[in-house]
Order: sequence, then C-alpha cells, then structure tokens
Amino acid sequence: MSAGIVSYGAYVPRYRIKVDEIARVWGDDANSLKSGLMVHEKSVPDFDEDTATIAVEAARYAVKRSGINAQRIGAVYTGSESHPYAVKPTSTIVAEAVEATPVMTAADYEFACKAGTAAIQTCMGLVQSGMIDLGLAIGADVAQGAPGDALEYTAAAGGVAFIIGSKETEFLAVIEDTYSFTTDTPDFWRREGMPYPEHGGRFTGEPGYFKHVTHAAKGLMAKMGTKPGDYDYAVFHQPNGKFPSRAASILGFTKEQIKPGLVVPKLGNTYSGSCMMGIAATLDQAKPGDRIFATAFGSGAGGDAFSFTVTDKIEEIRNKAPTVMELLADPIYVDYATYAKHKGKIRLA
Amino acid sequence: MITMSVPRFWRKQVARYNLIGTHCTNCKTYYYPPRNMCPKCRRDGKLENFKFSGKGEILTYTVIHTAAEGFEKQTPYVLGIVKLEEGPSLTSQIVADPEDMKIGMKVRPVFRKLGESSEKGMIYYGTKFVPE
Ligand SMILES: [Zn+2]
Repeated sequence: MSAGIVSYGAYVPRYRIKVDEIARVWGDDANSLKSGLMVHEKSVPDFDEDTATIAVEAARYAVKRSGINAQRIGAVYTGSESHPYAVKPTSTIVAEAVEATPVMTAADYEFACKAGTAAIQTCMGLVQSGMIDLGLAIGADVAQGAPGDALEYTAAAGGVAFIIGSKETEFLAVIEDTYSFTTDTPDFWRREGMPYPEHGGRFTGEPGYFKHVTHAAKGLMAKMGTKPGDYDYAVFHQPNGKFPSRAASILGFTKEQIKPGLVVPKLGNTYSGSCMMGIAATLDQAKPGDRIFATAFGSGAGGDAFSFTVTDKIEEIRNKAPTVMELLADPIYVDYATYAKHKGKIRLA
Repeated sequence: MITMSVPRFWRKQVARYNLIGTHCTNCKTYYYPPRNMCPKCRRDGKLENFKFSGKGEILTYTVIHTAAEGFEKQTPYVLGIVKLEEGPSLTSQIVADPEDMKIGMKVRPVFRKLGESSEKGMIYYGTKFVPE
C-alpha cells in the first residue's frame, strides 16, 4: 500500500517585523545581516496566538482544502519546540478543534525543526499498515530568540498541517519514499524551563545542518535511483536563506528548483513549520506530474528526506484554502516595542 | 485573568472551540451557547446540536482601554457583539485595530487563546472573530 498527501494547510500570523527594525534596536548593520541571512522580515504572533492556535488554523485549512470528514482522522501528531504546555498535549487541542475526537490516537513530537516531518513519517507507517484511515501531521512553532541574539533576526511563527492517507484516488501527491539520517549532535538545545534556546555557535552549520541534510538527501536519491535533474522542485529546511541555497548547490539542485519553496526571506524560520511551509508553497504552484524533493533538518540532529509526485487532484483542491503566498500578503508591520510585547519579552507584573 | 473554574470551562469547551449551539427543529430557532430547553416551545421543543458557520456581523462594539487583569498587554482591544448569520448573537473579543471597526462589518471566526488562569494554570482556548 502506498502513502500520500491527501491535503495540506498552512497558517502564518498577520504581523511582521523587519530585520532593519531589530538591527536598529541593537545597533547592528541591517544590510550585512539581510544579505548574510537572506532574510528581510519575519512573522510575529499576535498576543493571543501560540503553537496550539497556529496548529489549529493550519489543520482547519487542511480539512477545508480536501473536504474530508475529520472523523476519519485516526491519529494527530503535532511537532513543535514551543508546545504551550510542558505536560498536556497540543495535539488533543487540535483534534478537538477539527472535530476528529474521540476515537483516535494523539501525541506531541519534539525534534527541533524536524518534529513535523517525523509526524509525517509516523502517519505514513500507520496508514500503510492499515492501523488508521487518515493521519494529521503538523509542524508549528512560535520560535523564540533571546533579545540581542543572532536567532532573534530569524525566529518566526507559523505552522503547516498535512493529512496523510493511503487511498490513491485521494492523493494530491504520492509520497514515493522517505529516508532519514540521525546522529547525536549537540548543535542547538533548550533546557526545560529556560525561555530561550542555546546554540553551539559555528558548530551549527557543518556538522549539524549540512552533514545531516546532505546525507539524508543523497541517501534517499541512492535508495530510489533518482538524481537532482529528475525533480522539478526541491525544498530544504530554511533557518535562513543561505543554508538551503548552499545545500541545494552542494547536492546539485538549481536556484530555479528551490525558488517556489524558499519562503524564508519574507517569513523567517518557522522551525517545525519551516520545511513543510516550503513544501506547501511548492504544492501551491506545482502541476500534475511534477516531482518534488524535500529534506527537513532538526538540530540534535537529523535529516528527513522525501520524494513526492504531484497528481491531477492538486488542481481540483488547491484553491479551497489560502496559499502560502496569500498568507504572506498584506502584513501588518510592528516596531520593536510592539514586537517585544507580543512575544512577552517585556514581562508586565 | 479568567476566573472560571477548570471543570466549568471544560464542559463548554467543544461549544467554544467549534461554535456548536442548538437548533430547535420545532420553531426553527438557533441558540448559542447551547440550550437544554427551547425557551419558546418549552416542552414541545425539539433540540439538536448545530455547528454555526461562524459568519456574522458586528451589531455593536466597545474599545477597552483599561483592561481586566491578564489582558493589560493587549490594550486597547475590542469587545463586540457578533450576530451570527443563523440568528443568535454572542459577545466576543474582535481581533482588529479599533480604528478599523464599523457597525455592520462582516466577521469570521478564528481560534485564539482566550486567557489563562495564571502563569502556572490552565490556558483557555476558543473562538474570537476577525474582519472578513
Ligand atoms: Zn423551539
């Protein structure tokens, strides 16, 4: 039995802050940051938005886009590194809000930025084994960077939900195969109860991101006997614009292949939502028969690679929910003081 | 700060998350929040659960400048009475710039945090409205 994407939904909060504005506050050089990171602005959650509300909005759009009966969903997995509760699942909130409860299983996932793709893989196994009919896999985050830390320029908010199934007539894209590469690498972490993550400085690039992304990507292509030229589009985890561009070039993918999925310059890094947002943005414009290659990365560390082929169904349901470009349009820009209030960086008594 | 007890909020949770009310099939009236009895038909009422579309319009609104405890960060914010397209009205926070508010404007529902009982207490989620 095969597995496929039956639907997808994305959500991005309405507010943005420009890199120039953050740089102004900290006295940094905005132009060198923008060209270095290839990020110009990032999304900011509203006061009353968190990972759970973002996951719900994305999941509701996924249900709406396909028109499936949510009671068919047998599993809900939400991947995030900013679950609102330390103990109490985000996934039960989502499941209740899309009316998938009560005959279903649910759990929350954590694996830095690839917890959402780990949820996709779990759902693939469950639908292919026949244990469940449909699975809902979500990656969502309201990422935090400490004030003044380099991560503050990119840490953004957003989420993406995929509905995974095994009935080929329902697929908008077939998931041809997946391949993961995982090691124990301390490139980025956050201890329980600490508000902001720590990172291993220059240690985050080579032995973290590039090693795991290239091994996962090459591993999948070797397993399938495919090469970069076989794909119309490619998506790589995008903590900034530089990393995925370089990963693409190392692997032999072109700028044109990664262009539709490279949403980070106007969005920032949505962590668990990052690679999935790129896949969603690519599905928003892919044509039937197009092949998409994707590799997510999570610090800690691991890479999950996927190969998709888009079906005729995409044309039928694509416009039944907002596209990523529609979600990015018409933002409300905030200044640093408002941003700090939104993110709770200023703690009022 | 929301002072409602955890059990009380939980009993109303599904209605709050998904705008589920009741419809009396005898007199064709819709109710939100859900009712156990139709006040018009009394004993003759036939009630069923009904999920509202969430589409509605602003009947009236007020801008809150001095917030209740727990909402200080959000001021100024808008509280409005939304008339749902099926008939009933409800009070809700409207996620909009106070200057953009107009009586009669169309709104749609969003899933948001309604509040929390304290920093270590429960977080309450549910429906608010945004301009269409
Ligand atoms: Zn009645």
